[in-house]
Amino acid sequence: MNIIVCVKQVPATNEVKMNKETNTIIREGIEAIINPFDTYAVEEGVRIKEKTEGKATVLSMGIPSVAELLKETIAVGIDDAVLLSDRAFAGADSLATSYALSMGIKHIGEYDLIICGKQAIDGDTAQVGPGLAEKLGIPHTTYVRKIEELRDGYIRCQRMTEDGYEVIEMPLPAVITVVKEINEPRLPSLKGKMRAKKTEVKVWTSDDIGADKAFCGLKGSPTQVVKTFVPVHDIQNEMIEGEPAEQAATLAKKLLSMQFAISIGEEN
Amino acid sequence: MASIKIINDKCVGCRLCVSACPFGAIEMNDDRKAVILDNCTLCGICVPSCNFNAIDFQKEEVSNAVDTTLYKGVWIFAEQKKDEPESIAYELLGVGRTLADDRNTSLTAVLMGKSLDEAGKKLISQGADKVMIVEDDSLAHYNDESYTDIFVQLIEQNKPEIILIGATTYGRSLAPRIASRINTGLTADCTKLEIDPEDGKLLQTRPAFGGNLMATIICPNHRPQMATVRHKVMKEMEPDESRKGEIIKPEVNIPKDLKINVKDVVATITEKVSLTEADIIVSGGRGMGDPKNFILIKELADILGGAVGASRAAVDAEWIEYNHQVGQTGQTVGPKVYFACGISGAIQHLAGMSSSDTIIAINKNPEAPIFKVAKLGIVGDVMEILPLLIKEFKTALG
Ligand SMILES: Cc1cc2nc3c(=O)[nH]c(=O)nc-3n(C[C@H](O)[C@H](O)[C@H](O)COP(=O)(O)OP(=O)(O)OC[C@H]3O[C@@H](n4cnc5c(N)ncnc54)[C@H](O)[C@@H]3O)c2cc1C
Ligand SMILES: Nc1ncnc2c1ncn2[C@@H]1O[C@H](COP(=O)(O)O)[C@@H](O)[C@H]1O
Repeated sequence: MNIIVCVKQVPATNEVKMNKETNTIIREGIEAIINPFDTYAVEEGVRIKEKTEGKATVLSMGIPSVAELLKETIAVGIDDAVLLSDRAFAGADSLATSYALSMGIKHIGEYDLIICGKQAIDGDTAQVGPGLAEKLGIPHTTYVRKIEELRDGYIRCQRMTEDGYEVIEMPLPAVITVVKEINEPRLPSLKGKMRAKKTEVKVWTSDDIGADKAFCGLKGSPTQVVKTFVPVHDIQNEMIEGEPAEQAATLAKKLLSMQFAISIGEEN
Repeated sequence: MASIKIINDKCVGCRLCVSACPFGAIEMNDDRKAVILDNCTLCGICVPSCNFNAIDFQKEEVSNAVDTTLYKGVWIFAEQKKDEPESIAYELLGVGRTLADDRNTSLTAVLMGKSLDEAGKKLISQGADKVMIVEDDSLAHYNDESYTDIFVQLIEQNKPEIILIGATTYGRSLAPRIASRINTGLTADCTKLEIDPEDGKLLQTRPAFGGNLMATIICPNHRPQMATVRHKVMKEMEPDESRKGEIIKPEVNIPKDLKINVKDVVATITEKVSLTEADIIVSGGRGMGDPKNFILIKELADILGGAVGASRAAVDAEWIEYNHQVGQTGQTVGPKVYFACGISGAIQHLAGMSSSDTIIAINKNPEAPIFKVAKLGIVGDVMEILPLLIKEFKTALG
């Protein structure tokens, strides 16, 4: 079975720090990583290709330096890596990203299953997976936590919902986006690392994949960011002092006197 | 192609643009001139930050713009379960009402399901001018394929100006599928929506980078302007039975022979209140020390009629199921009261709960970052405080 895994480069947010004076994000020295959700997508892709003796390819759209990052996926078992990189792709919103990735996938050619992460941790949109499926004209399911059955032309999987899960059947090719629960990503093997060193990441431009520039990058993006700002949480922080019993009593009293108190204890 | 460059003669090396860039794509070179790096996304935010007009930004008309004057009306998607609207539908009506009034237009709820007249009336009593109902046995439960197909037919027939959809599991799957089919913009997980008083455009504000940064986004040349909206942020209107509205049952083709089949729906969360719906959430972290101690979290949640949450550390230790995880890789919640018990307040956890109205932190380490976002804090041992707190509430609430 041919699997394509879409991975995105994101800044490692656990390192995001704010500059209190200018109210901006301090970015110096922030490392670029593979979007954490995409590592589960990669692992699932590798597992499927091992089971079905197929091929797993990663696909990313980003700046040239992403190529190095993609090699990490080779080290954990991905066969082939493709990077879509071109100034024409710059400034893409989720619609333009979906379009570019769909053209990249068509250029790769053969595919049964496309796996995306649930969402990227920089923009947190979760829109590219479904948007991409639509551009390819194939079905999709989001928030997949388990693949129950996978065979030629058929997938049955569990989609996580707010209060449990649902079991979805679809014909292949299809797109799924996966949550953390689906697997435990493996660490790179020594052999994998060696292979990663030798593997050449394919870098394609918009012309290479026959993409219409009108639908790419800033030009193909209907949304525009007009302003960014750092949220101010002006919280009146109050520490409750005293012996544990006093602390608990004060806290309970404060809560019960607050406005929402009416709903406390209600069964909804 | 659009382009951006620094005019070196004008750049004084003040670094204001470096700070303004949300993508870290501007640096200073050895001559103390700003340089724009490869990872620039051409967002243009740096341009007004420069007091010396040293940034030359050549924008280019977006392709495939539409005649925006042809589009009218505000729509919301009313999610339902068992033909009963979900609370997100009422929240969307609440904010949709304001937007429709500001635009001098009508507010329509789109409702799909099996038998919906009662649901339609409820939506009218909480703000809808019109409810567009599509009924069929096959629509009883949400299906990405049929819901997208029907929604797009309705959009093409009526050309709404704004569409709001809940940022729920289904909403975040449906909205991008629709937007991609009709080639319009979609802003994810908005926490604030307003009409620009000058040009009538929808200003869509949302958190990014795990809530560290807010971004305001517009969709100037495409219609409809689409947004998904975070649950529990927008206020519902008071129901008013005397409100008048119209129920419409439009002619649409109900898609048959669907590719996607929802074979089974399984509820695994047995708690009475779901995490995303709860007004009160009691969450436990690694500081709970032990899976058995999590009973205290459940007990407090039960007494308060709230739901149980957890940090990733508690989930990874398998003290509780993943569905309970709050944070960047778990669920985003915004209850009235959030108890963080033995949770340090790592940035990824804050990303999922910092919009809660009142945060209460119990932690034995006074330096724990959770205290920075907490309205009420107790420095102490959860194993000591929680049983006492449970006792207090038991006495007070009977
Ligand atoms: C990509 C990525 C995504 C992530 N996503 C999430 C996410 O979605 N949600 C999430 O929660 N985390 C997430 N994390 C993990 C996050 O960085 C933290 O590791 C995690 O939130 C820590 O959980 P904790 O606060 O329970 O544990 P700790 O950080 O270990 O904190 C335990 C706290 O309990 C206190 N404590 C200990 N004993 C007691 C006691 N007896 N009484 C009172 N207090 C006590 C300690 O002082 C400490 O502050 C993510 C990390 C990464 C890298
Ligand atoms: N530039 C990109 N290149 C490759 N895959 C991407 C890109 N952007 C998003 N994706 C995929 O789409 C998922 C959702 O991303 P997002 O919609 O940005 O939250 C990610 O987890 C990736 O699998």
